[in-house]
Amino acid sequence: MTELPVVPEGIAEIDLVGVRKGAFGTSGSGDTSGFGGLVSPIVMPGASLPPFGGWFDEVAEELALSLLDAGVSGAVEKIVIDRGEMTFFVKPENLIAFMTECRDEPALRFEMCTSVSGVHFPEETDRELHIVYSLLSLTHNRRIRVEVTIPDSDRHIPSLVGLYPSADWHERETWDFFGIIFDGHPALTRIQMPDDWVGHPQRKDYPLGGIPVEYKGASIPSPDHRRSYN
Amino acid sequence: MTTTDFTNVDPFSGSYDTTEGTVYNLGGGDWDSIVGAPEGENERIVVNMGPQHPSTHGVLRMILELEGETVVEARCGIGFLHTGIEKNMEFRTWVQGVTYVTRMDYLAPMFNETAYCLSVERLLGIEDQIPERANVIRVMMMELNRVSSHLVALATGGMELGALTAMIFGFRERELVLDIFEMVSGLRMNSAYIRPGGVAIDLPNGAEEKIRETVVLLRKRLKDTSDLLVDNAIWMGRTVGVGYLDLTGCMALGITGPVLRATGLPHDLRKSAPYCGYENYDFEVPTQTTSDAYGRFLNRIAEMRESLNIVDQCLDRLVPGPIMIADKKIAWPSQLSIGGDGQGNSPEHIQKIMSESMEALIHHFKLVTEGFSVPAGQAYVPIESPRGELGAHVVSTGGTRPYRVHFRDPSFNNLQAVAAMSEGSMIADVIAAVASIDPVMGGVDR
Repeated sequence: MTELPVVPEGIAEIDLVGVRKGAFGTSGSGDTSGFGGLVSPIVMPGASLPPFGGWFDEVAEELALSLLDAGVSGAVEKIVIDRGEMTFFVKPENLIAFMTECRDEPALRFEMCTSVSGVHFPEETDRELHIVYSLLSLTHNRRIRVEVTIPDSDRHIPSLVGLYPSADWHERETWDFFGIIFDGHPALTRIQMPDDWVGHPQRKDYPLGGIPVEYKGASIPSPDHRRSYN
Repeated sequence: MTTTDFTNVDPFSGSYDTTEGTVYNLGGGDWDSIVGAPEGENERIVVNMGPQHPSTHGVLRMILELEGETVVEARCGIGFLHTGIEKNMEFRTWVQGVTYVTRMDYLAPMFNETAYCLSVERLLGIEDQIPERANVIRVMMMELNRVSSHLVALATGGMELGALTAMIFGFRERELVLDIFEMVSGLRMNSAYIRPGGVAIDLPNGAEEKIRETVVLLRKRLKDTSDLLVDNAIWMGRTVGVGYLDLTGCMALGITGPVLRATGLPHDLRKSAPYCGYENYDFEVPTQTTSDAYGRFLNRIAEMRESLNIVDQCLDRLVPGPIMIADKKIAWPSQLSIGGDGQGNSPEHIQKIMSESMEALIHHFKLVTEGFSVPAGQAYVPIESPRGELGAHVVSTGGTRPYRVHFRDPSFNNLQAVAAMSEGSMIADVIAAVASIDPVMGGVDR
């Protein structure tokens, strides 16, 4: 049986992060229904095209203008408007320039970086690690998300501590949980796990752990060995 | 560089030479041997306070570098309560996630649950379908929870500064609120009451009268507590001008909540980005302009009064109606009820699925064991917790389990301000500064 392409040809510009097999996401259950052979792509919301509506257009235009003034081009990979939230996908090499404009441009004024975290998509080749920043503008009462993708083989990204001191602990936590190295961070040490811990627990290739539990004669496997429907 | 020979010295007491001079370790019982330590301008003492210390507000470790009684450098060590909640949630259904997040910031369980549920509901696209009654109950529970959380902030903060009466008062009043939680959800804490789509169970008979009575009592007792501490010379002596952090510092360090509002900025997500229908309630956002621990304390007192007013408005708004979303593909299939052996599925529901409708049994089984799927995407809905901006960054890949949940906990972020607040101050002021941030280590470490 030949492997069919997961995504039909001719469809470009979709954010494929993985593949789901079977009708219910289970495996090894002896499914004879025939649906076990289903293969479906896992697609995140794709790029949006202007006009975005509301204040999204103003932010996008101001950012484009100020990035142009700063001599940065092609910093934004795409803009995703989904469920009323705005996400900028930024290239890692332009992250500092992008964030500087976000913070300093009077029409933008994202004074606060409220959160930094990571997401691990092991099946997204060369874009395995996503770093997600949440920016808040107190002046304009706006909130945007900035997302950067880096390959697992080269887990480096510039640190934002110089721009947003609040990113300090958040970046340490992201290093701790995902092994992402924030270049220029003043003290990139583990923060939640013990200093001598091996591995980065929030990565998808890191097991949850746990042992089977016996209850009334039956053995219940640990959570990551139970049948899952994902 | 010289190497220290640790084979001949006890690393936990005694002294050894380093490139920076002689280092003396105090291990207890060896005071005689260090009496002769040199007095000099290079005398620096590094004190490790915690992680188990009665005045560090939980298992918080502080590493203080002192010159005399002045703090030169202050650093926090956290992670002692890390339990991997975010990782565990990736192996449970969306509804089960509620029982995990409620254990993060254990003084504000209702807020954790709401933050998580609002993000899940945005991913599901059902934000507009949450019944009115569920929203009113959510707001009421959150505001009662804000009161109980601020009372603990006051109680533990008071205890750390030596005001033991404040502690007794705070915990006594908090118990009144926890009694309400127990009556409504069955549990004093970690109630897993707010669920995606609504709330777990409707208010029991007599709950509204009980809450009304409690609010009256809380108002009276709150006045006692504030009379005790506001304008109290000793309390003011310990908190006025202590732990100073102005608006610039707050913005740089991402500080939100009462600490930010003590700088004069009325930033409150209930006003600036309303959720759960907060735009329909009439309340003030208290601010102070002192930027110090005393201002934060006054803010918390004023916020408790406003919260009680909101609870009153909630009670007036409560009208009979559904408490769970109408969509049967999301709503928990059964109503809970309390029987002789505790809380569980209601007997009518058991009767129906076990002996009347095979389809109802299949539906129950599918929804309870497999759970519902959430469309792929990500959402972040921040809410105003007692400590500031609390939000869950929830990522779904379309499955029946969360792909990634990250909690932006205000305590975690705000603890970063300890260095800015306490360096250059007396060691006793560090305690007041940390208490004024009101960190909850369960939320910091998750």
